[in-house]
Amino acid sequence: MRQQLEEIRKNAEAALKAANLLEELDAARVKYLGKKGELTAVLKQMGSLSAEERPIIGQVANEVREYIQNEIDARVAELKAAQQEAQLAFETIDVTLPGEGVEVGHRHPLSIVLDEVKEIFQGMGFDIISGPEVELDYYNFEALNIPKDHPARDTQDTFYITDNILLRTQTSPCQIRAMEERKPPLRVISPGRVYRSDAVDATHSPLFHQIEGLVVDEGITMSDLKGTLDTLAKKLYGPETKTRFRPHHFPFTEPSCEVDVSCFKCGGVGCSMCKGEGWVEILGAGMVHPKVLKNGGIDPEKYSGFAFGLGLERLVMFRFGLDDMRMLYENDVRFLEQF
Amino acid sequence: MNLSKRWLWEFVQVDDTDRNFAEALTISGSKVESYEHEGAILENIVVGHVEEIERHPDSDHLWVCKIDDGSGEIIQIITGAQNVSKGDYVPVARHKSVIASGDKITAGKLRGLESRGMLCSLGELGLTVHDFPYAIEDGIFILGDDCDKTVGKDIREAIGYDDTIVEFEITSNRPDCLSIIGLARETAATYGAELKLHTPEVKPGIEDVNDYLKVDIEARDKCYRYCGAVVKNVRVAPSPRWMRERLRAEGVRPINNIVDITNYVMLEYGQPMHAFDLRFLEGNHVIVRNAKSGESITTLDGEERALTDEMLVIADEKKPVAVAGVMGGEYSGIMDDTNTIVFESACFNGVAVRRAAKGLGMRTESSARFEKQLNPDDCDICLARALELVQMLDAGDVVNGIVDNYATPKEPVVLPFMPEWTNKFIGIDVPAEDQANILRKIGFTVENDQITAPAFRIDIEHQADISEEIARFYGYNNIPTRELSGVAKATLTPRQKFNNLLEKTAMSCGLSETQTFSFISPRAYDKIRLPEDSKLRDCVTIMNPLGEDTSVMRTISIPSMLEVLGRNYTRKNDKAALYELATIYESNGKDELPNENQQLVLGMYGKDFTYYSLKGIVEKILSTCGIAEYDVEPVKTCPIFHPGRTASITIDGKEVAILGEIHPAVLDNYEIGARAYVAMIDVEYLFEKADLVRIYKALPKFPATTRDLAFVVEADMPVLKIEKAISTAAGKILENIDLFDVYQGAQVGENKKSVAFNLRFRSAEHTLTDDEVNSAVKKAMKAAEELGAVLRS
Repeated sequence: MRQQLEEIRKNAEAALKAANLLEELDAARVKYLGKKGELTAVLKQMGSLSAEERPIIGQVANEVREYIQNEIDARVAELKAAQQEAQLAFETIDVTLPGEGVEVGHRHPLSIVLDEVKEIFQGMGFDIISGPEVELDYYNFEALNIPKDHPARDTQDTFYITDNILLRTQTSPCQIRAMEERKPPLRVISPGRVYRSDAVDATHSPLFHQIEGLVVDEGITMSDLKGTLDTLAKKLYGPETKTRFRPHHFPFTEPSCEVDVSCFKCGGVGCSMCKGEGWVEILGAGMVHPKVLKNGGIDPEKYSGFAFGLGLERLVMFRFGLDDMRMLYENDVRFLEQF
Repeated sequence: MNLSKRWLWEFVQVDDTDRNFAEALTISGSKVESYEHEGAILENIVVGHVEEIERHPDSDHLWVCKIDDGSGEIIQIITGAQNVSKGDYVPVARHKSVIASGDKITAGKLRGLESRGMLCSLGELGLTVHDFPYAIEDGIFILGDDCDKTVGKDIREAIGYDDTIVEFEITSNRPDCLSIIGLARETAATYGAELKLHTPEVKPGIEDVNDYLKVDIEARDKCYRYCGAVVKNVRVAPSPRWMRERLRAEGVRPINNIVDITNYVMLEYGQPMHAFDLRFLEGNHVIVRNAKSGESITTLDGEERALTDEMLVIADEKKPVAVAGVMGGEYSGIMDDTNTIVFESACFNGVAVRRAAKGLGMRTESSARFEKQLNPDDCDICLARALELVQMLDAGDVVNGIVDNYATPKEPVVLPFMPEWTNKFIGIDVPAEDQANILRKIGFTVENDQITAPAFRIDIEHQADISEEIARFYGYNNIPTRELSGVAKATLTPRQKFNNLLEKTAMSCGLSETQTFSFISPRAYDKIRLPEDSKLRDCVTIMNPLGEDTSVMRTISIPSMLEVLGRNYTRKNDKAALYELATIYESNGKDELPNENQQLVLGMYGKDFTYYSLKGIVEKILSTCGIAEYDVEPVKTCPIFHPGRTASITIDGKEVAILGEIHPAVLDNYEIGARAYVAMIDVEYLFEKADLVRIYKALPKFPATTRDLAFVVEADMPVLKIEKAISTAAGKILENIDLFDVYQGAQVGENKKSVAFNLRFRSAEHTLTDDEVNSAVKKAMKAAEELGAVLRS
C-alpha cells in the first residue's frame, strides 16, 4: 500500500506539473482526492491492514493527500495570477488619451478681481452696498457739490434719461445714499456699473465699473485714508508695493488726491507699463467735503470721513496684462476660458 | 497747459533736473504729464558761414558751397536751393547728423562732387515760417539778425529752439494755473524760491481814451468788469523772436504783433484778451448786454450764428460785435488797413460763458478759461501789460488811460485761521506759524487769526480748502499712515450670499460668466419677435445715446445672451455654455427711477447640449435653492422660443423661470446656425421662494423595497403629470420615484410611448410588509390608469 500511495503521489506530481488550465487542475483534484478518487480508493483498503500498520499507512496517506492538496493550491494560485496578469495586459488602454471631464464654468475676469477687492475690504470691516444705476441728477451731481453748469461735468459726459434722471457717471452717488440710510460709524464699499458717453475703443467703454468706498466716523483723518489705501495696494500687488499720494481735485472731496502704486511690473524702475515713471495710477480719493457730509445728513462739525473710487477695468487690465478693454464685454469663450 | 521753462525762469528760478522738477510739481499738486526738449531729435546741426558758392559744373540747378562750419576746415556741401548767397549764415547738417524728420544725413556724392552734409530749411529743423517770418518756405533758412551767428554753434541755441516744455494737467478748480505766473507761483512755493512778479509800466501816450471809448455794462450779473484801452496808428508786423519762440513753446502759432500780444498776455496771466478794430464799433460805445431774441452774429470763423436772450454779447449801439468770452464778430479781426484798435480785458460770469459756448456749439480757448470763473481783480493789470508790450514792440501809439467799468467787485474770501483744526483733520502736527507761511507763499494773507484768500483763488471757500493747501505743501506723502481703528463687522447680506450661491452653482454646472452692456438696441425686441404691444418694449430710453445700438435700458436679459451666443457662433467657437447675472430696468414712468431687478440668464449651443441639459441645470439651481415644489408647464406661445420645446417653471402659480430652445426665426436674427438653449430665471422671485435652511434628517434604519412600473401612454402625455399622479397616490411610504426609461417605437404603437419608473418604498418606523407595498403600488397604478396609462405586461 505504501508503494501504491507513493505511486499516486508521483503520478499526481507529474499530472499537476503538466496541467496548464484550471480545469485540468480541477480534474486532477477529482482524480486523486475526490470521493471516487485514487487516494480514497486506496484508503478504503485500510481495513485490511493490521492494527500496527494502520496508523503508519494512515500517516503516509495523509501526507500524500496534504502534499497533493498543497500542490494543487499552489498551482491554482499560480495559474490564477497568470490569468489575471493576462487579463490586465489585455485591458491596457492609452492613458495619454484626453480625459472626459466635467466642465466647470469660468468666472469673468471682472468678477475675479472684484471678488478680491471685496474680500480685502470686508477684512477691514467694510460692508458691501449697491445703488441704482439709473440715478437722479441730485445724487450723481448736485449732492456731490457739482451743480448744474459746473465745469467738472464736462469730464463726465453723461447719458441723460430726462433732465433730472441719468445713468450714473460714477459710483459716488452711493456715498450720499449710504449716509442717508446709515448712521456713522460708516464703512462701506459700493461696486457697480457706471456710464459715460465715450465711444468704444481699446481703453474706453460707455459702460464700465467703479468701486466706491466711504468711511465716516468721529476723528477720521487723512492718515486713515492713507493707511486704508496703502493696505489695499499691498494686498492687491504684494507687501513690497509702495504708494504715492498726489494732490488732485474732485468736487466732492477736499483735500483730494490721486493714488499711484509702485509699478508692479518693474518694481518702480520704469518700464512700458508705467511709461517710465515707475508709478501707476490706480485710484482717486479724498476727505469727504463738508458740504457733501451735510447733504448726506451728517454733521460735519462732529464727523469727518474719506472716500475713494477705483476703476475696476483698469485693475483687471493690469492684473491680466490685457491691452484691449473691449474683450471684457465681447464674452468670446476663448477669452473667458483663460480665467 | 504747456509751460515754457524759459518763460517760467523770468518769474522764478530753480536749479533742478527736468525729471525732479516734474516730480516735485506733481507732488505739490500741479500734475506734470510729460516734458520735452525742443529740437530734441536734431543732432549735429550747426551754424555755418557760406564762404564761397558756385554752380555745379554738371548741373543747371545745383550749387557747390564752401562752408565754414567751425570745425577748423572748410567743407564742401552741394545744395539744390536757389536762395543761398556768399556770406550767408545757414544751418548746416554735418556728416552724421539727424534732421527733424528723423532722417540721418551723411556725406555723399552729388553729380560726381562730394557733399559733406546738407544745408537746412526751416522744415528740416522742425519749424515753419511762422517762427521766422523773414524766411522762405522752400529754401534754405538764412539766419537773420535775431539769431546768433557764431559758426559751429549748435543751431538750436543759435536760433532759440532749445526751450524745455512741460505739459501740465490742470484741474478745473485752478484756472489760475492755466498761466505762466500761476505755475511760477506754484513752483516758487514748491521749492521755497523767490517769486519775482513784474508790474507793467505804461509810458505816457497820446490823447485821452475817454474821447475814443465808452463802456456800459447792462448785464451786471454776467459781466463783473470790463476794461478797455485804445491803440492808434497800429503798425502790424511780425513779433520779435523772443515773443515768437515763447508762443511756439506754448503751442500757439505766432501771427502778428497785435494778435501775438493778446495771446502772450493770456498765457502769462491766464486772462483772455480781445483786440478789435474801432472802425466797426458803432458810436465808439461798448455795451455789455444780453442778446435780444432774433439777433444773430457772424463770428470770426465766418459762420452766422443765431443768439438767444440768455447769451451775453459785447455790442455797440446797433449790433452785437462779439459773443462775450467766446468769440469775436467777423469785423473784429485785425486787418491790413486797421488803424485804431480796442484792447478788451474783461471778466464774465463763468456759467454764462459756458452756456453761451455750449449753446453755440463752439468752445474756444477763451471760453474754456472764462467758464472756470476768472478773477476780475487783475483785468486792469493785464490790460496794462498789453499796452506795455505794444510800446515795447512799437506796435502802435497808446492812447492815454483805460476805461475801467468794475460793475460788480469781487468780495475777498475771509476765513478764520484754524491751524489746530487742520492738524486734526489731516492727521499732522504742523505749527501755526509754518502753516501761515505755507499760505503766504501762495498768495494768502494771514493776519489776526484771519486768512484772506487771494482773488485768483476762486476755489477757496471752506476751512477744508485751507487744509488742502497746508497738506499739499507739507507733502501728502509725509502725512503719517494709520490703519483704521475700532472694530467693524462686515457681513454679506442674505441676498449677496444668495447671488454668490447662484453664480457658484451656474459655474459648477459648466457655465461661464459673461458681462454685457445694460443698454441695448430697441430693435432687439424685434429680433426676439416680441409683439408690438409687449410691455417689455416700455423701456428707459437714453436721450443722448452714442448710437441706436446702446439707446435703451434692457427690460429682459435674453437679447444680451443671444448677442453673445451669436458672436461666439460667428467666430466659429464650436460650443458655448454661459450665464449672466444681469440687471434689468423696469420703467416706472418718465419721472420715476426704474426698478432694477436681476435675472439669471443661461445660454448654450453646441453638439453636447439639448433642451434637457439646460433643464438639468435649471433643476440643479432650483434644488440648490432648496426648492422642491414647482410646476413645469409646456409653453407653446412665447415668440422667442420653439413652441414644442419650451417650458415655464412656476412656484405657487407664478413663473420663476422660462427655458427652452430658441425659435429658429430668432436664431436667424442673431445669426446663430445651431440650436441654442436659453433659460431666464427671475432672481428676485427665486430669492423670495428660496429655502436655504438645512436641517439634518436621520439616515434610514429600515430596508427599502423597490418596484418597477412601465406604462404605455399617449405620446403627448407629459411624464411629469403621470409621475405626480403616482407620487400622490402611492402615499408617504413612497420615498423616491425615478423615471428610468422613455421609449417610442413600433412595439408600443403609433402616437404612444412607454414610460418606466422605479419606485422606492420605505418607512421610517418599520420594515415594510409586502402587503403595504402592494397596496401602494396598486393605488399608484390606478392613478396612472386614470390618466389613460396602460400597464405594460
